[in-house]
Amino acid sequence: MAADQDTVDTVAALAGEKYAHGFVTDIEQEFAERGLNTDVIRFISAKKDEPQWLLDWRLEAYERWLALDEPDWARVHYPKIDYQDLYYYAAPKQKAGPQSLDEVDPELLATYAKLGIPLKEQAFLAGVQGSPRYAVDAVFDSVSVVTTFKAELAKAGVIFCPLSEAVREHPELVRKYLGSVVPVSDNYFACLNSAVFSEGSFVYVPPGVRCPMELSTYFRINALNTGQFERTLIIADAGSYVSYLEGCTAPMRDENQLHAAVVELVALDDAEIKYSTVQNWYPGDAEGKGGIYNFVTKRADCRGARSKVSWTQVETGSAITWKYPSCILRGDGSSGEFYSIAITNGRQQADTGTKMIHLGANTRSRIIAKGISAGHSSSTYRGLVSVHPKATGARNFTQCDSLLIGKTCAAHTVPYVEARNANAQLEHEATTTRLSEEQLFYVMQRGLSQEEAVQLLVNGFVREVLQELPMEFAVEAQKLVAVSLEGSVG
Amino acid sequence: MLHIDNLHVSVADKPIIKGLTLDLPAGQVHAIMGPNGAGKSTLSYTLAGRGGYEVTGGTATLDGDDLLALDPAARAAKGVFLSFQYPLEIPGVPALTFVRTALNAQRKARGEAEIGAPEFLKRARATAAALKMDFEMLRRGLNVGFSGGEKKRMEIFQMAMLEPRLLILDETDSGLDIDALRIVSEGVNALRSEGRSMLVITHYQRLLDYIRPDRVHVLAAGRIVASGGPELALELERDGYDKYASAA
Repeated sequence: MAADQDTVDTVAALAGEKYAHGFVTDIEQEFAERGLNTDVIRFISAKKDEPQWLLDWRLEAYERWLALDEPDWARVHYPKIDYQDLYYYAAPKQKAGPQSLDEVDPELLATYAKLGIPLKEQAFLAGVQGSPRYAVDAVFDSVSVVTTFKAELAKAGVIFCPLSEAVREHPELVRKYLGSVVPVSDNYFACLNSAVFSEGSFVYVPPGVRCPMELSTYFRINALNTGQFERTLIIADAGSYVSYLEGCTAPMRDENQLHAAVVELVALDDAEIKYSTVQNWYPGDAEGKGGIYNFVTKRADCRGARSKVSWTQVETGSAITWKYPSCILRGDGSSGEFYSIAITNGRQQADTGTKMIHLGANTRSRIIAKGISAGHSSSTYRGLVSVHPKATGARNFTQCDSLLIGKTCAAHTVPYVEARNANAQLEHEATTTRLSEEQLFYVMQRGLSQEEAVQLLVNGFVREVLQELPMEFAVEAQKLVAVSLEGSVG
Repeated sequence: MLHIDNLHVSVADKPIIKGLTLDLPAGQVHAIMGPNGAGKSTLSYTLAGRGGYEVTGGTATLDGDDLLALDPAARAAKGVFLSFQYPLEIPGVPALTFVRTALNAQRKARGEAEIGAPEFLKRARATAAALKMDFEMLRRGLNVGFSGGEKKRMEIFQMAMLEPRLLILDETDSGLDIDALRIVSEGVNALRSEGRSMLVITHYQRLLDYIRPDRVHVLAAGRIVASGGPELALELERDGYDKYASAA
């Protein structure tokens, strides 16, 4: 039908232009020498003023990385990455460790203002009732620019700071937990990260404490030809609770940029961690030129009995996404959740999903994955539910729904299930639907424009997952979903 | 109100409506009857502006405005409402959200203020009660898992809430048992008014026992081949469409 050609044209026209965060911040930056070798690793480690044990840890990771091969099993295609052609460290030149916002380069503050990231605590404290109030760690390329609300959080005993600061201030915690969920040589990209990671957030919530506000980290890649390798470590001690959100954007550039992060979560007895991601890296233009390679390892260890971890992700950006936020359900009665919306448009490729590893008795997991593909994009859900022999009474529910917009996109669902305990209850549901012309017409006949009709239908499709996001971010995510699919009517 | 003059419509290059002329004055209810394949649904989709229904000749105006030049949303804002033969399911969008979004989109297009939540809910409750609908149903995904009768009732609910001026009922009786037919018809009759016109498209006379038309037109092979009073419907019920099918 005529609408299909329109769709293709409109999507093509809009795919690269609608990205609102594609500007470059013009700021003087300091780089490590180009390429990767032990000198570069020593340079990064020295920049961070790291103790010897951490440098050794990095160097060992580098040795192991050299022996690994880049994985090729994901349903994504990209030209071979030249790892010697990248910069592994880039930082805005500024006075070491700004103590307050006043000392932060105004150019950086302007950048975050433009991105809509609140860095001024006063703005919230004086803000209108009901305005969002959450702590932010702002990471710009390889360093943290500022972390807000640290003092107030400290009163509750919560540690929220850049990882490099935690290495200096709380070495016993970092040493105990770093790499304990994602081992150094877990996979190619995690191993690379272990060698060169430059910044990230560290969170520790002491026993019995409910973190008094949402925590968030905002990652911004700015510099050209620079990889971002952040590493986040969150520990929820017994009986504590924390909700954490990460957001990501990058400038529009013709070159691909590598983002290989590692996130480790540890939940002890009765602790709960809610981890939300709104990922809006630059997706590349309509022809697939540029964009971020988002190769990320995220894993939670539900180490304690009755602990709980919930991953919620809204993935709208990146040229290529390769990530599987997972839960190791070690503690008896622990539970893991994965709620995901993955949207691909233009030439984007996403291979994402989760792993739920049931080790303990009576462990439960729930997976709700919603994939939306438009344009010439491809979206794959890849998931593993594994029940080990001791996991008596384990239960899993998995639901994977794919929505196709137009006729040139693709969706794949690859669920793996391993049950080694006859007692386990596993349920799997999957659907694939195409946004139909008839459905659109029905909505438009009631008075909505074509764009509004697509938004309404898509919002309905992803509603279950959006509801899992913290309220402050749900509205933003809903808008992002709409923007990502602008012009994708089919 | 609605004037259709010598309308020609093709679907996938195949002519379906071939010179249809019809006058529907304000406040009147006209029935369009005809055999399967006569072009009944094509007429309703064309008036509502569905893509793929190509007007190759003729005009259709609503209060003198060229209806065919408008997109579906603009037609809706002008007061055109099509009750679908097979209403669509909209998962994840509660009926209340759907209707309120539609109502406000129409009001915005007409330059009117949006309706507030309290006023909207009050009206929705009253309307649902009149249609003997369970209000909780309006909090579920629109039409998802509804029976045929519930879906049709939901169409009438939307109609009552959106207050259109031109109602097109496409085979509203299909899939309804006799009780549902009565309730739906009562809902439609309650909407009859001076300034509102209705085009009731049906294959069977039975609906017209409940919704009494002012005029009945016979559509066969893409044209109106006979027009008359309500008695024409009874004659069709008795004799069938054979003589019109051959006349066309």
